[in-house]
Amino acid sequence: MRSEAAIVGFSELAPTKKPEGQTPLGLIAEASRQAIDDAGLGATDVDGIVVCPAMMQYSMLWPSVVAEHLGLEPSYLDFVDLGGATSCAMIARAAAAVAQGRARNVLCVNGDTWDPKGMYLKPPPMVAPLRDFTLPYGAAGANADYAMAARLHMERYGTTERQLAKVAADQRTSALRNPLALFRDQPLTIDDVLASPVICDPLHKLEIVLPCTGAEAVVLTSAERARDRPHEPVWVLGYGEALAPDPFQREDFLVTPTVESSRRAFEMAGCGPHDVTLAQIYDCYTSAVLIELEDAGFCAKGEGGPFIEAHDLTYAGDFPLNTGGGMLSFGQPGLGGGMTLVVEAVRQLMTRAGDRQVERNDVAFVHGNGGTFTEECSLVLGRSS
Amino acid sequence: MSTPGFPRPLPSLDGDSARYWKALGEGRIELPRCVECARLVFYPRPFCPACHSDHLAWEEISGAGRVYTFSVVHRATHPWFMDKTPYVYAVVELQAGVRLPTTVVECEPSAVRVGLRVEPVFEAADEGVTLLFFRPARR
Repeated sequence: MRSEAAIVGFSELAPTKKPEGQTPLGLIAEASRQAIDDAGLGATDVDGIVVCPAMMQYSMLWPSVVAEHLGLEPSYLDFVDLGGATSCAMIARAAAAVAQGRARNVLCVNGDTWDPKGMYLKPPPMVAPLRDFTLPYGAAGANADYAMAARLHMERYGTTERQLAKVAADQRTSALRNPLALFRDQPLTIDDVLASPVICDPLHKLEIVLPCTGAEAVVLTSAERARDRPHEPVWVLGYGEALAPDPFQREDFLVTPTVESSRRAFEMAGCGPHDVTLAQIYDCYTSAVLIELEDAGFCAKGEGGPFIEAHDLTYAGDFPLNTGGGMLSFGQPGLGGGMTLVVEAVRQLMTRAGDRQVERNDVAFVHGNGGTFTEECSLVLGRSS
Repeated sequence: MSTPGFPRPLPSLDGDSARYWKALGEGRIELPRCVECARLVFYPRPFCPACHSDHLAWEEISGAGRVYTFSVVHRATHPWFMDKTPYVYAVVELQAGVRLPTTVVECEPSAVRVGLRVEPVFEAADEGVTLLFFRPARR
């Protein structure tokens, strides 16, 4: 199938550990203006917008609020709220809207501030009956859930702490060449990762993403307009979503809906894991990468540990993974923070990644994972339509 | 340290799960079972999430089970738990065929293993609220 939508511009603001006077709406506006400009378009060209919740400025009617702020009058507006799958799902919806002719140029934008105390002082409202059965027992946010996934994987398949830690270490090697990454100054060894404090056993501090302040935006357009843009278009070849709420009641906690989301994305793209030359895989935790690699078909179930050990995952390696440093080194700006992975894939496919450019940049697999392996969205992006 | 002003997180006792919490207070584990497809429904709700039948029957189930997976929490995220670390957050798989998030108590965290046989501990957490913890099986 020929792709009908392409990414033609992007932007990414330098993240910060603490907000420095910014607001989510202000960050969103800045990233949007830069991305529209990068695509060689103007404000009046944008007729579609896809946004996601800003946890620190939670608002009703958010798509309209953002469109109004940017002075847009879109024919297509959407709001995606799928946890860590949000960013990939925003791209999927934008691509579908373009393919359907509902909009010609669609802006996807994520931006948020982060105040470490904010979530407790002023949490956005959330109704989830399951929380009555987890919070009283000391559920530690997502940390303990992803730690339990790591524990079960180690127990069942013999995966080691060193294999998990290598994900963070290899990603840091790439981050040293990403001027935007929060953690770009110091290399990281496996021993460094394992020497960081245990937060939720077996996960260490340096295996856990740091929420931060930041924003990214991406502009998609239709096939006929894509080739006239300033940069080489990146084609949205395939996308797939799959959701399976309540991870502990399904047959196997370690077999996630990524199996389905990636199968759907590859089927639409007409290719498979072997065709992928670089991967951007949601890394809220090292254990998330481990399990997503398996379920997306890059190795068999249970072989994620040896796979990580056997491959050089850096930008210069034989399996370039999260080449901007991933969220583990970049930081996670907001619920749609996985957009940094989308942006890095686009950067690499446009051959704009500077001194961390991967050698083979034909096909990228991008994956977003939300909840506790409950909400999954996969994308296949490529340089040929 | 637990942060002042943040009360212990406790379940709401009314609504669809009222009977579950009431049974815990009386030392029993009760869950609805779907009469159509025989699935135990967890968390309790007035219909079966597998087949959408509303033909459910509450029953008492055994608390015998095994640790499915766990994590020793060294740094809690909820303020109330911050001075309770380390503690063992776990998912226990009951023989009855349901997996429950819980805390494993009455043992050293280092003694907990995947597959450890456990039994229930009904603990009054607050006025009118009983929580379901587990400890290593003694029988």
